[in-house]
Amino acid sequence: MSKVLVILETAGGQIRPHCLPGITCAAEIARATGKPLHLLVLGAQPDAAAQAIAAAGYGAAAVHTLAGPTLEPFTAEAWADAIIHAARTLGASVIGGTASSTLRDALPRAAAVLDAPLVSEVVKVKSGDTFVRPISAGRALQDQKVNAGTFFFTARGTEFEHAQPTGAVPVQAVAAAAANTRGAVVQGVQKTESSRPQLTEAKVIVSGGRGMREGANFKLLEQLTDLLGGALGASRAATDAGMVPADLQVGQTGKIVAPELYFAVAISGAIQHLAGMKGSKTIVAINKDAEAPIFQVADYGLVAKWEEAVPRLVELIKARKGA
Amino acid sequence: MKILVCVKRIPDPDESLKFAGGGLDYSASKWVPNAFDEYAIETALRLAEVVGGTQRLAEVIVLGIGPESQRQQLTQFLAMGADRGIIVDADPDKLDTATVSKLIAAVFKKEAADLLIAGKLSQDNEGGQVPQRVAGLLDVPQASFAATVEWDQGAKALTVGREVDDGVEVKRVPLPAVVSVDLRIVLPKSVKNGSTPATHAYQEGPRLASLKGITMAKRKPVAVLKPSDLGVAVGTNEQVVGVAAPPARKAGQKVKTVEELFEKLTKEAKVI
Ligand SMILES: Cc1cc2nc3c(=O)[nH]c(=O)nc-3n(C[C@H](O)[C@H](O)[C@H](O)COP(=O)(O)OP(=O)(O)OC[C@H]3O[C@@H](n4cnc5c(N)ncnc54)[C@H](O)[C@@H]3O)c2cc1C
Repeated sequence: MSKVLVILETAGGQIRPHCLPGITCAAEIARATGKPLHLLVLGAQPDAAAQAIAAAGYGAAAVHTLAGPTLEPFTAEAWADAIIHAARTLGASVIGGTASSTLRDALPRAAAVLDAPLVSEVVKVKSGDTFVRPISAGRALQDQKVNAGTFFFTARGTEFEHAQPTGAVPVQAVAAAAANTRGAVVQGVQKTESSRPQLTEAKVIVSGGRGMREGANFKLLEQLTDLLGGALGASRAATDAGMVPADLQVGQTGKIVAPELYFAVAISGAIQHLAGMKGSKTIVAINKDAEAPIFQVADYGLVAKWEEAVPRLVELIKARKGA
Repeated sequence: MKILVCVKRIPDPDESLKFAGGGLDYSASKWVPNAFDEYAIETALRLAEVVGGTQRLAEVIVLGIGPESQRQQLTQFLAMGADRGIIVDADPDKLDTATVSKLIAAVFKKEAADLLIAGKLSQDNEGGQVPQRVAGLLDVPQASFAATVEWDQGAKALTVGREVDDGVEVKRVPLPAVVSVDLRIVLPKSVKNGSTPATHAYQEGPRLASLKGITMAKRKPVAVLKPSDLGVAVGTNEQVVGVAAPPARKAGQKVKTVEELFEKLTKEAKVI
């Protein structure tokens, strides 16, 4: 029987946590279509990670590995080759995973070669062939139906729960395929080193905007962030200005986040920013302009300058923690 | 060197959406080029021109898919400085993402282009697939989500800084290739072509068309093709079966002081 196949990313012999919502979305598609759920781990030496993933099971029938020296570091070219090969070999007719920068790069390429549609950024599975996805910076939700024997999907990480361990399942190896990078060479990744949680995983996010004026002023936001064990975020204006690294950008074209608590400090609330954080449980806005649109989505809005509000808030939280 | 750039028209993202009959009513919309496509043409022009000289290093071709009557955004890109245009005359509402990608790949092949530069996303439909699909169909390398591009003319390769989830990945791709561009490609020093002085700082953002550019655009050649000329069958296997407004957030409250905010966060929302 044809399968639902989830492509996983791993690091240090473990599944990367951002892949877990993609498994949940795939499990819903598997239920809706009556097809079994299978997981795929790609890499130069995928076995250790595959064993760890298989021990958790995540409701899948099996974990498959596909090994190849060209699969690390990641390139869309080699990964698409491997995904196509695995999909054919395993007889998968639904292929997808969490909408990370990796799968957003590789899956459309693979889908094109298989002449299959891809439904991107699924937020809800309506049936086995109809999915809800946000469009126009989250201002509308579209129900999209696919009419194809084989299709791909990417799932928006904030909209599905993390898949939970269910019990051990077997690991099976897919015979290696020719996967090649078409001459592309990854020369390195400049990683933003941080001891803070990943933006997409954090329970608390403190974001700053253009009104912070310069990178040094983010120190104050970092204090607030660290007191709350959160992650630092930013608007496009702040990242474009180089105040903080680009991968901290929240929004339509940055990270999509939905923490328990989101602080928007000196951020006006442009639709492209809202698209990335509107799903947060509690939103706090601190802005000196009472008319700033961010106040329309904020649960708690404080009209104030950050220079005054943030240090005081830090003091109050410190005092509470000390108590 | 031949660079192909795609342009898509979208309803002005600053206008509010009009929901009607289970869909969106765009009949009164103002149409504008997709912002990422503007970043794509700016990237292509920065690669093609030599600042401080008159030499052109590449021909820049703009491709639009849609009825000929809707060529305004393509003309705008010609006015910015592209050399010529190609229109594939088809009803965009009857084309799915896969077919649009096939049409672009077919034009790329027909032109024997060296590089496709496309926006990473269209602001309206937000599919985020077309450039990667075209690269797959052409079987050429791809560099998605580019924030910087450096052209090594001698080696016929590009070194691209890609914005990925964990930071910036540097990927070198030999030509022919496909590059999809992200926001920061239009910062002052994001594009280097090896001929414009590396110290040159562009004005941030896509350029505006000059008056001369607008006049010249009218005289630039624009070829009109049909999908059948490209051997691509038109159709769709995607269907939009409904559109709805997302649930609104419940109205929030203004607090007067930091103390009140702290009180609310600890006692009411109980989030800290
Ligand atoms: C295609 C496209 C994609 C985009 N994608 C994104 C995206 O993913 N994410 C994103 O964020 N943006 C995105 N944008 C940009 C977006 O449209 C806005 O330009 C941007 O979000 C504005 O950032 P900002 O709120 O920090 O700056 P501004 O809009 O300039 O707002 C600054 C705010 O700071 C306040 N302020 C100033 N000084 C102080 C002070 N001392 N104390 C308190 N408040 C102060 C001001 O009142 C103002 O409200 C995108 C735009 C386009 C065209």
